[in-house]
Amino acid sequence: MSDHELRVSKIRNGTVIDHVEGGQALNVLAILGIDGSEGLGVSVGMNVPSDRLGRKDLVKVEGRELSQSEVDVLSLIAPEATINIIREFEVVEKNRVTRPDRVVGVLSCPNRNCITNADEPVDTRFEVVADGVRCDYCATVLRSELATHIDV
Amino acid sequence: MRQDHLITATQLSRGDIEGVLDRARKAAADPSAYAGRHAGTVLALCFFEPSTRTRMSFDAAAKRLGIDTIDMGDVGSSSVSKGESLADTVRVIEGYADAIVLRHPSEGAATLAAEFVDVPVINAGDGAGQHPSQTLLDLHTIRENHGLDDLTVGIMGDLKYGRTVHSLATALTNFDARQHFISPQSLRLPRSVRFDLHETGAQVREHDELAAVLPELDVLYVTRIQKERFPDENEYHRVAGEYQIDADTLADAAADLTVMHPLPRVDEIAPDVDDTDHARYFEQAHNGIPVRMALLDTLLGDGADDGPTTETETDHE
Ligand SMILES: [Zn+2]
Repeated sequence: MSDHELRVSKIRNGTVIDHVEGGQALNVLAILGIDGSEGLGVSVGMNVPSDRLGRKDLVKVEGRELSQSEVDVLSLIAPEATINIIREFEVVEKNRVTRPDRVVGVLSCPNRNCITNADEPVDTRFEVVADGVRCDYCATVLRSELATHIDV
Repeated sequence: MRQDHLITATQLSRGDIEGVLDRARKAAADPSAYAGRHAGTVLALCFFEPSTRTRMSFDAAAKRLGIDTIDMGDVGSSSVSKGESLADTVRVIEGYADAIVLRHPSEGAATLAAEFVDVPVINAGDGAGQHPSQTLLDLHTIRENHGLDDLTVGIMGDLKYGRTVHSLATALTNFDARQHFISPQSLRLPRSVRFDLHETGAQVREHDELAAVLPELDVLYVTRIQKERFPDENEYHRVAGEYQIDADTLADAAADLTVMHPLPRVDEIAPDVDDTDHARYFEQAHNGIPVRMALLDTLLGDGADDGPTTETETDHE
């Protein structure tokens, strides 16, 4: 077993998010709403050498299997990510993330004058467009600055 | 119109626009044919931002259809100032009225309102977002003067925050219209509008000066540049002065150039333009009545119905 595979399969049960673009691991956790308070075992590898990405980040969540809809949101900041579901140290499922049509309740709108920033009883909602996302309410387009607008 | 609401100009197809404008033509030609057509109907005017003319225009259009209007009054005296959410406000008002006209200072307010109610919502301006009913009357004015195809339109002034500009620019992509955008660098079209224009394949031709394109224009749409967009007053006067027109400015224009403005104007169009054949901004404001009658008739009536039969119909079809 190679060093790489060991790293991926070290948890007993849970999810390993691999091939995350270097520097995005903490944003991955933020998007998933995982901040440690749930008591899940979380380990983060940053700037791990990778054939595909040069350097990559890696996130392991012990004790929780992430659903496809949860992880699809990650495609916005980590389009190359692979999701490994682990049971009894074995990878039982390996999936790529796919771009969702809409992202609901995850990002905050960068337009301070947007109605979604005005204490209304709605989740933010963004349409996923060619090179970013777009607010369903005020039409603001969000591109590279996406990660800084993650609602934690 | 297929939609139940009028929220943004992006939702409007060419067919939607022509449907409303055909009806507006009939309403303008024979308003009496529409009198009392929607008697017993109530329209709520909810203006969370000061406005006299848009509010009065909707009010007058409604009354010509026999619609009663109820008005929320000034925001300062309403429950909004007590911190009620827009979602709650419109859900209450939905019980009082058959349709809601909404003006609000936040972008996206009309979209949100439409999600919470079943009655039609008309966006009468949401912050620096959209103002689609203004666009319909703008298009009506252009159509009656030039038609809507093979058209060259210059849009000048505050393109960044001007909601009438945002709606007009997107709506014009439905037609064979070349658009030129004339503004200071700091007030160019926002990314959201560029996105819609690019989606439709429309070119965004931008200019610092009107002189560069004036001779080729059929329509010049002027908007106000507001003081608060600039860090200091001197800068405002210097920049805004570049985008004011008078009768002399128009010397190089085509004889049939139509000059439009959503009003109110301050000093961006000098009074001496009023006396030229180019001035159409008062006609444009008056067009608000038949166009808003047509819009209300479309949203409140039977969607398959294209308005009452009038004696003048054959003249205009
Ligand atoms: Zn927004």
